[in-house]
Amino acid sequence: MRYAFRRFLHSVFLLFGVSVLTFLFTTLAPGNYFDEMRLNPQIAPETVTALRAQYELDCPLPVRYLRWVASVARGEMGFSFAYNSPVAPLLWVRARNTLLLSLTATFFAWCIALPLGIWSAERLGRTPDHVVTSATAVLLVIPDLALALGLLLLAVRSGWFPPGGMVSVGFASLPWPRKLLDIAVHMALPVTALVLSAIPLLIRHVRAAVAEVLETGFMRAAQGQGIPRRRLLYRYALPAAANPLISLFGFSLGALLSGSLLVEVVMSWPGLGPLLLEAILARDLYVVIGGVLLSTLFLVGGNFVADLLLYWADPRIRTE
Amino acid sequence: MASQRKLVYWIALLGALHGVVVCAGFFSPYDPEEQVRTRPYVPPMRIHFVDARGSIHLRPFVYDIRPREGAFDEYEEDTGRTLHLQFFVRGAPYRLLGILPGRLHLFGAGDARVYLFGGDGYGRDLLSRILAGGQISLLAGLLAAGLALCFGLSIGATAGYFGGLTDDVLMRGAELFLALPWLYLLFALRAFLPLAVSPLEAFLLVIAVIGTVGWARPARLVRGVVLSAKERDFVRAARGFGASGAYLLRKHILPQTASVVLTQAAILVPQYVLAEVTLSFLGLGVPEPVPSWGNLLANLQQYSVLASYWWMYLPAAAMVPFFLGYLGLASALQERADAPKIGA
Repeated sequence: MRYAFRRFLHSVFLLFGVSVLTFLFTTLAPGNYFDEMRLNPQIAPETVTALRAQYELDCPLPVRYLRWVASVARGEMGFSFAYNSPVAPLLWVRARNTLLLSLTATFFAWCIALPLGIWSAERLGRTPDHVVTSATAVLLVIPDLALALGLLLLAVRSGWFPPGGMVSVGFASLPWPRKLLDIAVHMALPVTALVLSAIPLLIRHVRAAVAEVLETGFMRAAQGQGIPRRRLLYRYALPAAANPLISLFGFSLGALLSGSLLVEVVMSWPGLGPLLLEAILARDLYVVIGGVLLSTLFLVGGNFVADLLLYWADPRIRTE
Repeated sequence: MASQRKLVYWIALLGALHGVVVCAGFFSPYDPEEQVRTRPYVPPMRIHFVDARGSIHLRPFVYDIRPREGAFDEYEEDTGRTLHLQFFVRGAPYRLLGILPGRLHLFGAGDARVYLFGGDGYGRDLLSRILAGGQISLLAGLLAAGLALCFGLSIGATAGYFGGLTDDVLMRGAELFLALPWLYLLFALRAFLPLAVSPLEAFLLVIAVIGTVGWARPARLVRGVVLSAKERDFVRAARGFGASGAYLLRKHILPQTASVVLTQAAILVPQYVLAEVTLSFLGLGVPEPVPSWGNLLANLQQYSVLASYWWMYLPAAAMVPFFLGYLGLASALQERADAPKIGA
């Protein structure tokens, strides 16, 4: 329990640090949302100044930071100038979609990477291993952006998949099983892009971790006892190789979040990515800060879960 | 040694690829920004050796194109007009490495325009634009990686060598940067810098942003190496002889980080090229009309372009050999670092 608490404190500290960091960046910002209004002759300069005062942009940075923390505590996370509403509700809807995408992708990526990695580690240096390794090399070499655009090209050319978006026209009138199907069909391409960009590294790490365990003396001994292959691999080798893989799980979550940002924009998935991009172009300060912070929250949360899993899986950490 | 030979091959491949991009002016037939508004979206022209009448030409040629009846962006080969490719011709002026003026091009076709990789919506030659865009994207990646490694090396070495509170503070900072999904961080930092800037400013901005975001990982690795290096016997002996901290770092400790730094460089450069491409693709990086791989691909965000003009996808394909080279280089360097050293 002390361990969990310590990890939790660590995560909170990280989130706090990130929020300070993003706020510090805002001081570097030349210009803000209202600067464009200043150029508009139909808006009096006094109005702009009043607006600035209303949104507290004229306050010094520490004051703004504290006010913002207070608004986070109220569950608002600041105010969006462009949407003229608190940031939090905007973010929640988008974050849900982003999570849906990246969690599904994480799930599938691991479902593919784990068996393939083990399979190739067991045949280290033989033909199947070479095939897997070269396949991952090919995927590593193709940039994410090219992958996403290529899949989109495929969708447009073949018409098998909808070319972007999350739901079809007339979604609201569908019965709910059809709704689920509709979302699933729209998810297919972005999830494929994310999975393909994530699996090469995962496969390589699984392969390395399992191969290392297979070399050890206790595995040889277990083999000598005549324990069947499948049981040997999944009951003995995998738990022993689990530690680095669990840490990798937290990391892969972060990588997929970053990756989904780009994929969302390319495939017009209504997640955090497009919202963040719009907010940057409009200088919608608090939306940017909120988006970055929320994504950090996911990542830190993922690492926290990985830490807890590690605690559960590894008795050595428990006794420390 | 096998790994040594592999390393040489990969370096040779990368050298050749970069050489082509550095000499983009020579290898590209036209000025990348020259427009021919009457010919939007010319598809790539096929190189022929045999003409329509069946006779064989030794000099490769392409057929000129003419607009298809009743369409504004569809073309067909005009078999009546052959354009023979001429090699080592004088054409549009360019500057090699930004300094040396030159007019010599690898190939051309007189006054006619040959689109081997097709053309974009303004009739600009895509081959020329891909090569020129490579200059921007690769340079951005290299400089950003250099910047990140400089930061990472100095911060990592400081943290590892001095230890104690310095170490704690610096490594907590690194953890902060590693805690953020890096693309989001890149976005956040870019968000608060001016949007409408000249291409050169944007270029420098992108490098600065990527370099600032990327220092944490190399710093952590360098710190690890320095921590173990400063406890090695010959370093302690040197300290016992009264060597100063700066001398120790420069002479004994930093050289030991070389292999980590090199491997990191081979990993970071393609990653940062991709970061530049991503930023420019999203309109946050180098703006038009200056080509970069990112803003060349940005055309594909329009549905009509994506659906009708497959050759606009070629800039993405152009990245692949470079990434292959860097991947190979990184794994060869890793292999060399892991291999037992002779005499060690």
